Amino acid sequence: MNELRELARKLLTDGEVRVIIGWESARRGARPMFVTEPDGADGLIFDARCVHNLVTYLNPRRDHVAELGKIGLVIKGCDAKAVAGLLREAQLTRDDVVLIGVRCGGVLEENELPEAVALTRENVAPRCYGCDNREPTLVDHLLGEPQPEPPQPAVTIEERVAALDAQPLQERWAFWTGQFSKCVRCYACRQVCPLCVCERCVAERTQPQWIESSPHARGNLSWNITRALHLAGRCVDCGECERFCPVGIPLTLVNRKLQQIVAERYDYKVGEDPEIHAPIGDYRLDDEQEFIK
Amino acid sequence: MSDPTQARSAQHAGAAAGEFEPRITAFVCNWCTYTGADLAGTSRLNMASNVRIIRLPCTGRIDPLFIIKSFERGADGVIVSGCHPADCHYTSGNYHARRRFAVFHDLMEFIGVDPRRMTFSWVSASEGAKWRDVVDEAVTNVRELGPFDAYRALAPEDESDAAEASAAAVAAAKSVAATGSVAAAKSVTAEAEAS
Repeated sequence: MNELRELARKLLTDGEVRVIIGWESARRGARPMFVTEPDGADGLIFDARCVHNLVTYLNPRRDHVAELGKIGLVIKGCDAKAVAGLLREAQLTRDDVVLIGVRCGGVLEENELPEAVALTRENVAPRCYGCDNREPTLVDHLLGEPQPEPPQPAVTIEERVAALDAQPLQERWAFWTGQFSKCVRCYACRQVCPLCVCERCVAERTQPQWIESSPHARGNLSWNITRALHLAGRCVDCGECERFCPVGIPLTLVNRKLQQIVAERYDYKVGEDPEIHAPIGDYRLDDEQEFIK
Repeated sequence: MSDPTQARSAQHAGAAAGEFEPRITAFVCNWCTYTGADLAGTSRLNMASNVRIIRLPCTGRIDPLFIIKSFERGADGVIVSGCHPADCHYTSGNYHARRRFAVFHDLMEFIGVDPRRMTFSWVSASEGAKWRDVVDEAVTNVRELGPFDAYRALAPEDESDAAEASAAAVAAAKSVAATGSVAAAKSVTAEAEAS
């Protein structure tokens, strides 16, 4: 932690960056922190409560953040994939940001705690299980000790997806329409997503109106399918959409299913190399087409 | 009944008896499938008449939202069809579409939509007979599955339809009022308000 504070102080003092975006400890757990003065760097922390994907502040929709000046951003491994996503799609210039990577051994599912606690089967965020990126590589500085693998949660996301897959169509339909009918269309999932980059979302287009704007189950289904599809092969599984969802829709299950689909069909896994093309928007002449007559 | 023509006539006879008639929207590309469907027509091929064709420049122009919108507006099934691989007028539109619809197809199945409601095919300009087979098979599949009320029913009622109906009722009331039959106008207005 001292490493992080010293580095932040140095970067700000030397004028290499104008703002450091990291985490601080607050009454209700860790929260994002913007440090603009060198002395403020002492408030920075990193522990298992730091669940937030701060890459959302680099999203081109948030140009008011870019106006602060050059950004130094603290990122975990999953966050680094989101940075790679923005670079891949030319939404960010690598030189516009200083990336401070922190080694991460998983985060807490429930992060509103005054102090960090040790990760266990019960409290670990399920998406962290099987993480292949505990050490970000796309960084200018790498801090912290090497971390062990996150513990296996009682029920993994793969198991939940498999359980749904095993159900008959009608039951899956009932499950998902039930979940989506809770949606209040606050679009928090979109707002927090580091990779939802459209200046004007299709959900807000009115002429023609593709997605019904009333929060009834039919419009909600259309919105949620569209959100998921637009992130197919792009989602980095940071889990922020589900964490921000005020009505608790298990969006991680949809996101994980899409990851499985692109992995099976196109042997693609979201990673930290901005040079590798995402599967949608790319193609091979011999792609599988068993569903086409 | 081994003769396919006879099978099709039987199917159409069944339809006349008041069975469920599927409504199917077909999104087809201008260069191959639309021309192929045209060929099926000019060749006088006997085929199911449940399909409404929407012509687009390319399968690459077809957003999955078109399919979602079709289901919302009352389609029981959809067909997406375009040029065979390597035949795309725009070189790669169908390759991009193939990936997009593969992911969409799998996702819809995960959500619980029967994939038999969505038919994807490559039909070239010379394959009028293949278009007939694609259409007949899609219609048979959707006929077996029944109407896709589950999708439409997700919203309590179609808001735009309700608004139109009520506007029409008010207009009727006004026209009655204009002819001087006040009592009749009142009753129509009350009806409109009640609905």
